[in-house]
Amino acid sequence: MDISIDEIDQIINQEAFGEGSLIAALEAIQARYNFLPSEAIILASDRFGVPLSQIYSVATFYNAFSLKPKGKHCLQVCMGTACHVRGSPQVLDRIQTKLGIEPGETSRDHLFTLETVNCLGACALGPIVVTDGEYSGQMNVQKADQLLKTILRAEVKA
Amino acid sequence: VAGKVHRPFSIVGGDLHLLTGNCGKGQITNITKYEESGGYSMLRKALAQPPSAIVDEVKAAGLVGRGGAAFPTGAKWEAVAASNSPIRYVVCNADEAEPGTFKDRVVIEDDPHRVIEGLAICGYAVGAHQGYIYIRGEYTLQYWILNAAVDEARQAGVLGKNILGSDFDFDIEIRRGAGAYICGEETALFESIEGKRGFPRVKPPFPTTFGLFGKPTVINNVETLINIPLILQLGSAGYRQFGTEKSPGPKLFCISGDVVHPGLYEVPFGVTFRHLLYDLAGGMRPGSQFQAALFGGAAGAFAVEQNLDVRLTFEDLRAAGLPLGSGVITVFDQSRDLLDILLRLGHFFADESCGKCYPCQLGTQRQYEILQRLADGRALPGDKERLLDIGWTMTDASLCGLGQTAASAVLSAMRLWPELFEFPNAVSSIGEQA
Ligand SMILES: NC(=O)C1=CN([C@@H]2O[C@H](COP(=O)(O)OP(=O)(O)OC[C@H]3O[C@@H](n4cnc5c(N)ncnc54)[C@H](O)[C@@H]3O)[C@@H](O)[C@H]2O)C=CC1
Ligand SMILES: Cc1cc2nc3c(=O)[nH]c(=O)nc-3n(C[C@H](O)[C@H](O)[C@H](O)COP(=O)(O)O)c2cc1C
Ligand code: SF4
Ligand code: FES
Repeated sequence: MDISIDEIDQIINQEAFGEGSLIAALEAIQARYNFLPSEAIILASDRFGVPLSQIYSVATFYNAFSLKPKGKHCLQVCMGTACHVRGSPQVLDRIQTKLGIEPGETSRDHLFTLETVNCLGACALGPIVVTDGEYSGQMNVQKADQLLKTILRAEVKA
Repeated sequence: VAGKVHRPFSIVGGDLHLLTGNCGKGQITNITKYEESGGYSMLRKALAQPPSAIVDEVKAAGLVGRGGAAFPTGAKWEAVAASNSPIRYVVCNADEAEPGTFKDRVVIEDDPHRVIEGLAICGYAVGAHQGYIYIRGEYTLQYWILNAAVDEARQAGVLGKNILGSDFDFDIEIRRGAGAYICGEETALFESIEGKRGFPRVKPPFPTTFGLFGKPTVINNVETLINIPLILQLGSAGYRQFGTEKSPGPKLFCISGDVVHPGLYEVPFGVTFRHLLYDLAGGMRPGSQFQAALFGGAAGAFAVEQNLDVRLTFEDLRAAGLPLGSGVITVFDQSRDLLDILLRLGHFFADESCGKCYPCQLGTQRQYEILQRLADGRALPGDKERLLDIGWTMTDASLCGLGQTAASAVLSAMRLWPELFEFPNAVSSIGEQA
């Protein structure tokens, strides 16, 4: 993906409303590029007038930020207690095998990033898998296969 | 509302619908519908009274915080109202990340204006002109719903200058978390709003004197705030008709796990756990038997069969050694491996410890390692004692609530099922050790 300094600048300017909106700006950059490019971190340091070290400290603290490019599609398997007892380990296992990556990894073709997350507040519907922000409830191995197939089919068409 | 994200459907039920009247209908209550159901009339009523009258009413109602620690809400408000700082803040804690909790999510999703009304009344009562809502980063859809509601409220003159024609100014800014459980802890939450790592501060000073941006701040949970319009509507005496003397009012419970109808249930404080589990949540899933329930989420403790008739109030649960926490109950049937559940909890805390203080930073890691050995059936001699030692150390010496409760579930399991932790433990005693 091309990183445009102008675009980053725009995003930062949009988010720079008042004290402490650094995190909001980083969130917007993360949402746009799926990671925090070093260019963006340097620019944010300049615009917000905070030292680089503080921006790194923030960027490495919160789970939502990544300093490495993530895949185009993000799969998150909930490993919270309620989902766990309802079978999320089996679902995770299946997705891991199908994609050939472990949680925290991105596939070679940069199509998928697999993550495990703690309770997402949808426990009544567990096990939960989130694909690009979309919740799928009551997951099982078959439904996981289906989910991956749907994404791949859309990719082939695109 | 923007986004392709669809709404996860949640069952909303219970004996009461005082707080959840507009919830569980599969639709967002916009400002028109909210006002039709009586919404914002309590803010109007509040603005016509002196702020101190509202603080008094909240105190008289006996409302205690629903975020988990059950601190008297009126006492916090009174402290901030009495401060001599001209700048004060009110903050709504919508970070909801306690595993198993989803009450705040449902309320924000279905009835966002109730939260805004509660926060605005709070702002007026304590003399704050700026409110913040800090919402969990993972709650994307809910963020957009809240955003739209705040816009609607501004357009309707409920927020902004001279709200509802009064001489009081009040506005709300929404901030999103970025995926850190610790940021639900109030002082870590302030740090996060200020644009820093979510490291908790040492308390005292409490937020009421040194809160957001160092100013006196009231911070309340979403559920606490939606009780405010209800208190003004019913009056403190009417409000106290529900619940018990020490735990007045309605309470939202999130029940999930091996039950027929996992969901959100509104009940008066004082119903029994049995009522919630069997009458409301439909009992155990077909073919399964009750083994245990985790009360209070990851930071909680286990209830067993003998606890089924315990009344769900702060005082009864405390006497039974169970935390009410944020009102979360996760139910396990007889087939569930308790060590495996503890292992997940151990992983959760090791993962979420912010690392600021040693007892928790190291303790959560060591606790997880020992739980791993136990779960794998390769415990070492002395592991049980080590686990106890770590647990007590974290409970006593950690800086914030995360570390102080990181061993709570483990210690409770050790009291209930000591045999699981014996050396040689269950697995090795089958043969290897004999
Ligand atoms: N809802 C959720 O998702 C989660 C809830 N929790 C709950 O959080 C609880 C722990 O919260 P903490 O804030 O650490 O508890 P705490 O006991 O330190 O404080 C409770 C509230 O009372 C206030 N307070 C206490 N003493 C005060 C005083 N003397 N003057 C003025 N204000 C005072 C505090 O500022 C805070 O707002 C746990 O019980 C747990 O159940 C924990 C994790 C997640
Ligand atoms: C680790 C940790 C996480 C917390 N997470 C939340 C949370 O997600 N939501 C919440 O309302 N309170 C949470 N709390 C409790 C807050 O610190 C604080 O007590 C609460 O917001 C006060 O509101 P209340 O008086 O209305 O309950 C958490 C506490 C700790 C120690
Ligand atoms: S107890 Fe844990 S979470 Fe709290 S400050 Fe210490 S290390 Fe951080
Ligand atoms: S445990 Fe998965 S959503 Fe709560």
